[in-house]
Amino acid sequence: MVLVAAPVFNVQLLLDGLFIGATFALAAYGLALVWGVMNVKNLAQGDFVIMGGYIAWWLGTQGIHPLWGLPIAIVVMFAFGWGIYVTIIRRVIDKDLFTSLLATFGLAIVIAQLLNLMFGPEVQTAESDFAIRQILGVVTVAEIKVLAFVLCGILALAVVIFMKKSRMGQAIRATAQDPRAARVMGIDTDKVYAFTFSLNAAICGAAGALISMIWVIQPFYGISYSIRSFVIVTAAGFGNLPGVIMAGLGLGVMENYSGFVLGAEFQQATVVGLLLLVLIWRQVQQRKLRQVVS
Amino acid sequence: MKARLTTAVLASAFALGVTLAAPANAKVEGDTIILGSAISFTGKYSTNGIHAKNGYELGVKKINEAGGVTVGGKKYKLKVQYYDDESTPLRTAQLLERLVNQDGVKYFLGPYSSATTKAAAPIMEKYKVPMVEAEGASRSLFNKGYKYLFAVLSTSEQYLASSIELAAEIAEKNGKKASDVKIAMAFENDPFSLDVRAGVLEDAKKYGMQVIIDDKMPRDLNDISATLTKVKALKPDLLVLSGHSKGAATAARQIKELQIDTPMIAMTHCEAAKITSKFGEATNDILCPTQWAETLSYKDDLFGTAADYDKLFKATYEGYKNVPYQSAQATAAVQVWADAFERANSFDVEKVRDAIAATDMQTFYGGIKFSEAGNNVAKPMVLRQIQNGAYNVVAPSKWASHPVNWPRKAPTN
Repeated sequence: MVLVAAPVFNVQLLLDGLFIGATFALAAYGLALVWGVMNVKNLAQGDFVIMGGYIAWWLGTQGIHPLWGLPIAIVVMFAFGWGIYVTIIRRVIDKDLFTSLLATFGLAIVIAQLLNLMFGPEVQTAESDFAIRQILGVVTVAEIKVLAFVLCGILALAVVIFMKKSRMGQAIRATAQDPRAARVMGIDTDKVYAFTFSLNAAICGAAGALISMIWVIQPFYGISYSIRSFVIVTAAGFGNLPGVIMAGLGLGVMENYSGFVLGAEFQQATVVGLLLLVLIWRQVQQRKLRQVVS
Repeated sequence: MKARLTTAVLASAFALGVTLAAPANAKVEGDTIILGSAISFTGKYSTNGIHAKNGYELGVKKINEAGGVTVGGKKYKLKVQYYDDESTPLRTAQLLERLVNQDGVKYFLGPYSSATTKAAAPIMEKYKVPMVEAEGASRSLFNKGYKYLFAVLSTSEQYLASSIELAAEIAEKNGKKASDVKIAMAFENDPFSLDVRAGVLEDAKKYGMQVIIDDKMPRDLNDISATLTKVKALKPDLLVLSGHSKGAATAARQIKELQIDTPMIAMTHCEAAKITSKFGEATNDILCPTQWAETLSYKDDLFGTAADYDKLFKATYEGYKNVPYQSAQATAAVQVWADAFERANSFDVEKVRDAIAATDMQTFYGGIKFSEAGNNVAKPMVLRQIQNGAYNVVAPSKWASHPVNWPRKAPTN
C-alpha cells in the first residue's frame, strides 16, 4: 500500500485529521454538556455551528478579519442560545424525549432556511490569509489549521476551568447530578439550564467560526456536524471530557484514513460503523458486570 | 314566459360553454400565449433558478419587442406563468399538475436542476404536454423514452469528456501514448455528477487510459483532503472533479491548501462557485467545461452574436459581472418555443410538439437540433481554462480562442 511505501502521507492524514477533529470535539463537548445537564438532545447542534461560521464569514466580508469573528461569534451565539432557551427549550425541558427531539429538529430546519434566505445557498469560506507551510517535502500544513487547533485547546481548557472553579460551573455540575437536590440547596436551576444552553451555543459558535476558516460552510451542512457530535458523545459518554476530546480527535483521523484507504464515499459510513462497534463492545463489557437479582 | 325560459336556458348554456372552454383558452389568452414553469426561487437551487428565470424573461421580452410570434396570420405575445418549487422535486410535480389542471397551461419551460426536471418529465408525459427545458442535463432524462421533454443544453456525460480528449492530445504531443495517461476522479454521489463520471469513464476506456482513483464524495461535501492526499501520493496525469458549486469550492480551496501539483485539473461549476475570486492564483490553469461562453462565434437574428447577448443581458439585469450560461440556455429555450409555434402555425398541442421535435435552428447559444430522445445534439460542450483569472476557451480546437497551458502551474506560497 501507498501508506507503507511512502509513510510521509500518514503524517498528512494524521495532521489533517487532528486539526479537524479538534473542532468536532469542541462541538461535541457542548452537546455533552446540554445532554448531561438538561437531558436535551439538541438536534440543532450542527446548525449552531454553521451559524457561528456565518458570523465569522460575514464579518470577513465586512473587512473584519475572521479571527475576530471567533469572540464575536461566541458572544452573539451565547445571546442567541439564551433567547432560544427562553422561547423554546424551557417549554420542552421536562417533557419526554420525543418532544425535545422534535423541537430542536424544527429549530434546525428554521436556522438552515433562515441562513439560506440571508446568505444564499453558495458554499462560503472565510479567508484568513495565513500562509501554508510545507514540511517533510510533501506534507502541507495551513497555519490557520494549527492556530485553530491551539484555539480549540485553549477554549476547551477555559471551559474546564470554568466548570471546576466558578460558582456557575459548580451549580451546573450540581444540577447535572441531581436537579431536585440542587433546587433544595437554593440553586436556581432554570437559570442554570439557560446558562448551560447558552454556553453550548457559544461553544458551537466558536467551533463554527474556526470551521469557516479551515473548511467551507453552507446553510445545509449543519446536519453532518450534528451527526458527528452525537457519534462522539455516544461513544465517549457525557461528563467525560477527556473521552470526548479523544473521540473527537479519533473521529477526525479515522475519517481521513477511511477516505484515503476506502474512498471518500465510505468516510462517514466508517464513522457510524465505528460507533456501532463501540456500542457493541460496551454492551459486551457491561454484560459481564450484570448480575441476576434474585 | 316562454321567451324568458329560453333566455335562461341560453344563458346557462352560454355560461356552461364558457366554463368548459376556459382551460382551452387559458393557454392562449387574447393575444398572449402562456408558457408555464415551476422553478426554484427559494431553497438550494434559488441562485441558479433566478438566473434561469432572468434568461426566460429576457427571451420573452426580446421576442415580444420584435413583434411576437405569428400563428395563423395573427401576432401573439409570449408570457410565462411561474410558481416557486422551493427546490424540491415533489413540489415541482405538484405545481406542474396545478398549471395543467387549474391554470390550463399546455406549454412548458423547464425547472432548474436535473432532480426537479426528473420529477417534471412524467407529468408532461401523463398530460401529453411538451416541455422545453434548459437546466436539466442528466442523461437519465433522455433514456426513458420521454416524448414530450426537449432539452437545449448538452447532457451531463459530455461535461468533462472533452478533458479526456484534451489529455490524450497533450500526451501524444509529448511523445507519450494516450493509454499512458493516469486519471484520478472524484465525483459527488448524486445523479448529475455520476452522469458526468459515466461520460469520463466511457472516454477514458476509449483511449485505454488507467483510472487510478475513483472516489465518490458525500453530499455534504466539506472535506476532500483524504482524496487529495491520495492524488498527491499516486501522482495522476489528470484530475477530474465534479460536485456542483459546493464541490468546486471545496476542491479549489483544498487543492490550494494541499498544493496539489497534478499537471491537468478539470472540474465543473468553477464559475458558479466563483473560485477565481475566492481562491485567486491557485485556480490558474484549471479547466472548466461550459455550455456556453460569450466569446463563442454563435449568432442568430434576434440577439445577434453571443457577445451581443452578453451585453444586452448585463444592461437588462443589474449585478451581473458574468452572464451565467444558465441564463443563456433559458433564453434559448424560449426561442425554441417561438420558432416551434410559428412552424406549427397552430396551437394544437400535438402539432406544436412535432414542430419542436423537428427544430433545427442556429441561436446565439449554439445550434439546436433534438435527437429522438429529446436532447440537443447540435451543440458541443466547450472547455475553458482559467488563465490569469480569465476564462478562455481552449477546446475543442474549432472554437478555441487561446492555447492550453500545460503543465499547470502548481499553487505555491
